[in-house]
Amino acid sequence: MSKTPLLDQLESGPWPSFVKDLKRVATKKPQVKDLLGQLERSYREKITHWKHGGIVGVLGYGSGIIGRYSDLPDEFPGVEHFHTMRINQPSGWFYTTKALRQLCDIWDKHGSSLLNLHGATGDIIFLGTRTENLEPAFADLTAAGWDLGGSGSTFRSPSCCVGPARCEWSCYDTMEACYEITQEMQFDLHRPSYPYKYKIKFSGCPNDCVAAVARADLSVIGVWKDDIRIDQAAVKAYAGGELKPKGGGAHVAKLDVKADVTDLCPTGCMKWDGKTLKIDNKNCNHCMHCINMMPQALRPGTESGAAILLGSHAPILEGAQLSWVIQPFMVMESPYDEFKELNGRITEWWAEYGKNRERVGELILRLGMREFLEAAELPPVPQQVRIPRANPFFFWQPTDFEAEAKGRKYFTKKGFEVK
Amino acid sequence: MSERKTDIGPPHYEQFLPPVVKENYGKWKYHEIPEPGVLKHVSETGAELYSVRAGAARLISTDFVREACEIADKFCGGYLRFTSRNNLEFLLTDKAKIEPLKQELKKKGWPVGGTGHSVTSIIHTQGWVHCHTPAIDASGPVKAVMDDLFEYFGSHKLPAQVRIALACCINMCGAVHCSDIAICGVHRTVPKVDHDKLRHLCEIPTTIASCPTGAIRPHPDKALKSVTVNDPRCMYCGNCYTMCPAMPCFDAEKGGVALLVGGKVSNAKNPPAFSRLAVPYIPNNPPRWPEVVKTIRTILIKYAEGANKWERLGEWVERIGWEKFFEVCDLPFTFQHIDDYKFQAYDTYRTSMHFKF
Repeated sequence: MSKTPLLDQLESGPWPSFVKDLKRVATKKPQVKDLLGQLERSYREKITHWKHGGIVGVLGYGSGIIGRYSDLPDEFPGVEHFHTMRINQPSGWFYTTKALRQLCDIWDKHGSSLLNLHGATGDIIFLGTRTENLEPAFADLTAAGWDLGGSGSTFRSPSCCVGPARCEWSCYDTMEACYEITQEMQFDLHRPSYPYKYKIKFSGCPNDCVAAVARADLSVIGVWKDDIRIDQAAVKAYAGGELKPKGGGAHVAKLDVKADVTDLCPTGCMKWDGKTLKIDNKNCNHCMHCINMMPQALRPGTESGAAILLGSHAPILEGAQLSWVIQPFMVMESPYDEFKELNGRITEWWAEYGKNRERVGELILRLGMREFLEAAELPPVPQQVRIPRANPFFFWQPTDFEAEAKGRKYFTKKGFEVK
Repeated sequence: MSERKTDIGPPHYEQFLPPVVKENYGKWKYHEIPEPGVLKHVSETGAELYSVRAGAARLISTDFVREACEIADKFCGGYLRFTSRNNLEFLLTDKAKIEPLKQELKKKGWPVGGTGHSVTSIIHTQGWVHCHTPAIDASGPVKAVMDDLFEYFGSHKLPAQVRIALACCINMCGAVHCSDIAICGVHRTVPKVDHDKLRHLCEIPTTIASCPTGAIRPHPDKALKSVTVNDPRCMYCGNCYTMCPAMPCFDAEKGGVALLVGGKVSNAKNPPAFSRLAVPYIPNNPPRWPEVVKTIRTILIKYAEGANKWERLGEWVERIGWEKFFEVCDLPFTFQHIDDYKFQAYDTYRTSMHFKF
């Protein structure tokens, strides 16, 4: 009789079955057999059988390994230790089969052979090994050119969308930015020196395919300042039904340019008279709807860069937050000095004032957006708010009076004017 | 030790890019989706790149990865990539290879799809496979839901794309809080304080500070060197357990699943939005969570029937009104739906006469 009658029920059905995959590994790896055994018990008892964390790592690093121990080590000795290794992924999650096989070899040798491609933050996740295997696995990984990612209160492995590698909408080189910033931040990535976790995600356009606005403390989202590029002949082809809306990704045979595009434009900045599509680009808010609908006719402009947003995190503790626009436009070009400097001011302020386990977005809630903007040397601009405040309870600082006396708009408390 | 390598960072991505990508990097002009699961990108140079997208479990083995490598060697010159939602992408320049590649994937039982107006792979967390705080498993409910919604993975028949995510507890590792449909494991019991363990394992000030609602206080009996929980203030977030292993809040029978709907991250038409509570509790029912599967199907079908073309799930709900959403999906509205958590709450109460009966 099967030892996993409940899990066996997940072998059927059309979607790929992780149980089937794990079972074939279980014939070679006793720890995977024990993992299935423990998982079956969780399915029966509706409760986890993993103990609370535990600090393990490789020499000199304070991150990259998540300690994990079974609470049933006598019954399932193979998963007594079952630590996770996070391996920093390459930009855009591109691989050669040679590189992937090398990673598989390392993990077959030192671990359970189970993995995720990829984890929520973007890393390659190696699931399940013993403490004594960590250092040898790390040695083999670095010899092959790989390094650990972040965990705990560190700079976490940044991730990016596919960007210019395979997308016509990317407003900056997300792949390069992700790589260069990751390299720049190696110390902070491997040694916990922040109040809590800190994530950066690079999305090439406002479609935000890596969910930067929701999943990264610092969200870098591509945007353009000039005009949407139009191919009028292609617009006509969409109107005539020769080209399919959304490139064919919808069950709609023919695009109605007025009903499906211009009437749905959130700013009403477009007009279609049956011959020509006109866009009042000064009033476009870069939502991407028209571009998504007619990818052969429209493309983002070429005066492009990124908007910088800050503060998002999942519900713990103050409730989930989305990132707020702090700088509406930044040119994103190697060596990304402006970005690195801004990032430095943000993390410095947060490291100074943040409480233990307080995300940067929560610190802004606690100390106020003005405190933050001044520390980050960012001026107040209307793009930062959805609407101005409705209450009359605003503060005045001595520097405001000084600026007023000098006929200036504002001074920061640091005593200099922001750019 | 001198030869020990550290802080080398990830390998440079360029060595992993197929020649067609390297040659056309930053030169892509437009894309099409000729059929579900196949993307065609066309460069300014005229070069064409076909990406065939296959759904995969998130929890996989090196055997599976080696199989994917064999396919990539056979059809794609040894290159492949993964998407942000755990899908595989096989990159081709020869259009004629699409069909044979699809046949090979079919033989393996790897579904092709996840493009356009589909339900693509569910991003999820580790659950009982690897996590110490989950209320539910992750891989299991995902498999059950995707089995049920399989027809929507390989087709474009929905009004817009539908992004489903699962988090096995309210830590919500993953973009669950901004998904069209979010499956979230919830605890519903206060932590059980183990005074004998707590004294040895936990720092009392950090444990107290970890509670977002101020429900944890030092135990009045100082000799115990422990804490007490003011039960009515606890909303079972488990943050204290993260700081202090002597405060588990699991309960096999009371833990379960909440569903939230209507979130998104893209800016198209409407701004990014949080998912909102649709169902506060569904029993935790392994191995196939039938009540979760059924409720998600109901929501998806009602959305597909009711939404205008191009409307994301949240845009549909916003247009018809939440009161209509609960009505058409036949979901009960409870006290739990009314927000009472901190600064977000008061912004959600209705102040207008714009409601329906």
